Amino acid sequence: MALEQILKPSDFATEVHNDWCPGCGDFGILRTIQMALAELRMEPHRVTIVSGIGCSAKTIHYVKTYGVHTLHGRALPYATGVKLGNPQLKVLCLSGDGDGLGIGGGHFVNAGRRNLDMLYVIHDNGVYGLTKGQAAPTLKLGVQTKSLAHPNINDAVNPIWLALAAGATWVGRGYSYDIKHLVSLLKQGIEHKGYAFLDVLQPCPTYNDINTKEWYGGEDRKDANNGRPLPRVYKLEDGGYDPVVRDPSDVEAKASQALEKALEWGDRIPIGVFYKNEHVPTFEERIAQRIPNYMDNPPALQVIAGPHGEPRTDLARLVQRMTFKGA
Amino acid sequence: MSPPVQVNDLSWLIGGPQGSGVDSSANVFARACAAGGLHVFGKREFYSNIMGEHSYFALRALTIPVRSHIDAVNVLATFEAETLFRHARAVTDDGAIVYDPALGKTRLADIPTIEKRLRADLQTYLISHGVGETLDDMLAASKQRGVSLVPIPFKGLLEQIADEFQVDQLSKISRVVNMLAVGASFGILGFDFATMRTALEDVFRAKAKIVNMNAWGAQKAYDLARALVPDFRYRLQTVPREESRLFLTGSQATALGKLYGGMRFQTYYPITPASDESEFLEENEILDVNGHGLVPEAAAPKEDGASILVVQTEDEIAAVTMATGAALTGVRSATATSGPGFSLMMEGIGWASINEVPLVITLYQRAGPSTGMPTRHEQGDLLFALHAGHGESPRIVLASGDFEECMRDGFLAFNFADRYQMPVIHLVDKALANSYATIVPPDLSDLRIDRGALVPPNNGHSSENPYKRFDLGNGPVSPRALLGQEGTIFWNTGDEHDELGHITEDPGLRNAMMEKRFAKLDLAAEEIPADVKLKYFGPKDASTVIVSWGSTKGALLDALDRLWADGAKIGYLHVRLIKPFPVAEVTKFLAKAKRRIGVEMNFGGQLASVVREQTGIQMTHLVLKYNGRPMSNTELYDALGPILHGKAEKRTVLTRGA
Repeated sequence: MALEQILKPSDFATEVHNDWCPGCGDFGILRTIQMALAELRMEPHRVTIVSGIGCSAKTIHYVKTYGVHTLHGRALPYATGVKLGNPQLKVLCLSGDGDGLGIGGGHFVNAGRRNLDMLYVIHDNGVYGLTKGQAAPTLKLGVQTKSLAHPNINDAVNPIWLALAAGATWVGRGYSYDIKHLVSLLKQGIEHKGYAFLDVLQPCPTYNDINTKEWYGGEDRKDANNGRPLPRVYKLEDGGYDPVVRDPSDVEAKASQALEKALEWGDRIPIGVFYKNEHVPTFEERIAQRIPNYMDNPPALQVIAGPHGEPRTDLARLVQRMTFKGA
Repeated sequence: MSPPVQVNDLSWLIGGPQGSGVDSSANVFARACAAGGLHVFGKREFYSNIMGEHSYFALRALTIPVRSHIDAVNVLATFEAETLFRHARAVTDDGAIVYDPALGKTRLADIPTIEKRLRADLQTYLISHGVGETLDDMLAASKQRGVSLVPIPFKGLLEQIADEFQVDQLSKISRVVNMLAVGASFGILGFDFATMRTALEDVFRAKAKIVNMNAWGAQKAYDLARALVPDFRYRLQTVPREESRLFLTGSQATALGKLYGGMRFQTYYPITPASDESEFLEENEILDVNGHGLVPEAAAPKEDGASILVVQTEDEIAAVTMATGAALTGVRSATATSGPGFSLMMEGIGWASINEVPLVITLYQRAGPSTGMPTRHEQGDLLFALHAGHGESPRIVLASGDFEECMRDGFLAFNFADRYQMPVIHLVDKALANSYATIVPPDLSDLRIDRGALVPPNNGHSSENPYKRFDLGNGPVSPRALLGQEGTIFWNTGDEHDELGHITEDPGLRNAMMEKRFAKLDLAAEEIPADVKLKYFGPKDASTVIVSWGSTKGALLDALDRLWADGAKIGYLHVRLIKPFPVAEVTKFLAKAKRRIGVEMNFGGQLASVVREQTGIQMTHLVLKYNGRPMSNTELYDALGPILHGKAEKRTVLTRGA
């Protein structure tokens, strides 16, 4: 597909039957991914989307780009391998909150240390949907969603805090029912130079009967004056919040501000960009310090054999110190 | 009448606490021998410890290539007490011990790092010789047997060096004792000192002062030792060397083979003994291309710009999955690990298998289970490698037996991974990884890179006629597309999939995909040449045939040379391709043998059980070892004799090694 063609979200759709539950927050995320890619005019074959396991992971089958549906918790290292093998590709990585913060928590932390240029999205609904509604790492302590035998005995991890602590250089949060806003966040995350983390709040209409669409929308607390619901979700940018580290000396102030905002939950839940810092060298740039032509001649594009399969690697310099030359 | 002088056939051992520089002394000794035209083979033994525990190097120097170690030691070089207590009994009656006389009063009980069992054993030995429990007593017991004692006043020599080179504190040059021990060894052996100096320069390269101090001291120790034992029975002499030689470890040989095979991406998580390979690759990440392998003279004008990207991951799950992600982009990609790390890779191996991803896993076996003995040797992971992961997932398993096989298999693993689109597990082990030896650079000119079936970009596919990554229409191998390629979008999933790569639970498709994946193994069994699958050594009509795999090869061949010289009719089938198993070939070699001996470094006789499963042929005897120390050719020779004479039990367990 030529770049000059105007891409539509439908250019990124497949014919695979979608088996998510009606009303699933994943639909919003799927649609916004297709919209964001179209708006960014990304050629489908230049994009690889990697996912873990769970309802969120099925997303890749519904998107017409290269799609790699991997193992529970392992989307990030697979995606990292794809990006490192060929850094010229655009890589998106998707997980659920159990997938990315529970079984895959170790990778979440270490991805931050690298600052590889890719976007990681967590479909955050507080439950393990595909295994029938067990508590996931973002479900709060004491909350009892409908398939739990008892209120949640574990407290929730704060994905924004964790991402900041791990070193993510762009940290955002979206809401799967605010399509326009989410498209904008996805585009910013994709275009960020470095590792971008986007937490997407999404209702699970089947298993999370607490954090529902109605709950996020504030249907339970209507304005006494006009009878309109008072949504819990609000946009950081509407309050003039500025997440951007413009100078390396701003890091402390901007990170503190982000941490503070990320503590808000319950009656007011901020969405938007919490933090953005492009002063940290990307992993690709760090590699290029050691391997100067890494971006131009990355591992996947190197020619390793001649026309008849002759190995091209010359080991002579490598074995110099091991060699005792003959008389 | 004194026995004849033995020239250029020596077993030398040096030991000391970990972190005290023993590595360098062994390196200098070996490099000096290699520079002097000799072949060497060195075995390294060490504890899982950073500093203080006992480590040692046992090294053999001969004029012919050496493939294994022996139990006996002709020269024991020490500068501290523990090494002497541990190894003095292994010194041959006509051998020598280089030691520090200032330590003579050290008692066995003063050394906390000697295990209780060994201490009790040494006490019994000393009592039986009617002596006490000091180092002097140990030496006296050795002297009784005829061992030459070579006292070297290490502290006095260090003081002389400090004077000569104006060093204010002896502790700053304490490591020089290593080279004093090497110098004294070469002194009694009458080896050319200038050659030792060359080796010192090689090892310490740019550090001229260190070279000079070490050389000056070593020369003193050399002269002193020579004056003390002027007529030592063992001699080392330089000999002319016609051909070039490589002096390397098994880890390095494996790394070289993988690089030559076009590997450009490797992941690893730190683990003993596998990390050595990845560290070597990291140190050499910029590569030359357009060359000719190992032979410098033939190199064409080089192009720069090639590289190997080595990534240290957060764990082995990330290592195997990251390597797989990279492999999807088309790069030849691998990960290297040892037992505990491999255990974490199971799910990733299954994913690569169901998605038909070419992935190479180099598995450096060590003694398990669990943490086991991290720095010690075992061949305990064969069955595990064959079956690793849940469900049934095809993979190829190759096992290397020597340095040349490490190189070739390192190379071929990528060809097989690409051609049959499945994970290849390349089994190496601790004994190979940590041994170092001189070899004649192998001629690898027959090796060609085979990327298997690939689909080019824009190959005429459309929405109506989409590219099918798992096409069922044209044999078991579907041409592979690479991520990022135009016109060949595909999907992967760990679920069972349809031809496009989307999830399916259709029973018919499931069958077709299972059959497709396993048919590739049949194809591999058909296509992989016999000389890669296995090799037979010895007389064709041997009535006794050994079956073995991996690093036991060296000790077996050295032991067999002696058995053949004795007139024994015995053959040895060395199996390199374990999966797909070469059923017909193995059956052919074993069907007529009256005695079939499985020789393996594990408890259960794992290859023997595979042979039985695959061919119905059972071993009549097993020679096994699982104490963490590799088999010596001496103990194999001693174990095989009784079997040949019908005087052995079905199961012989080898127990030697310190």
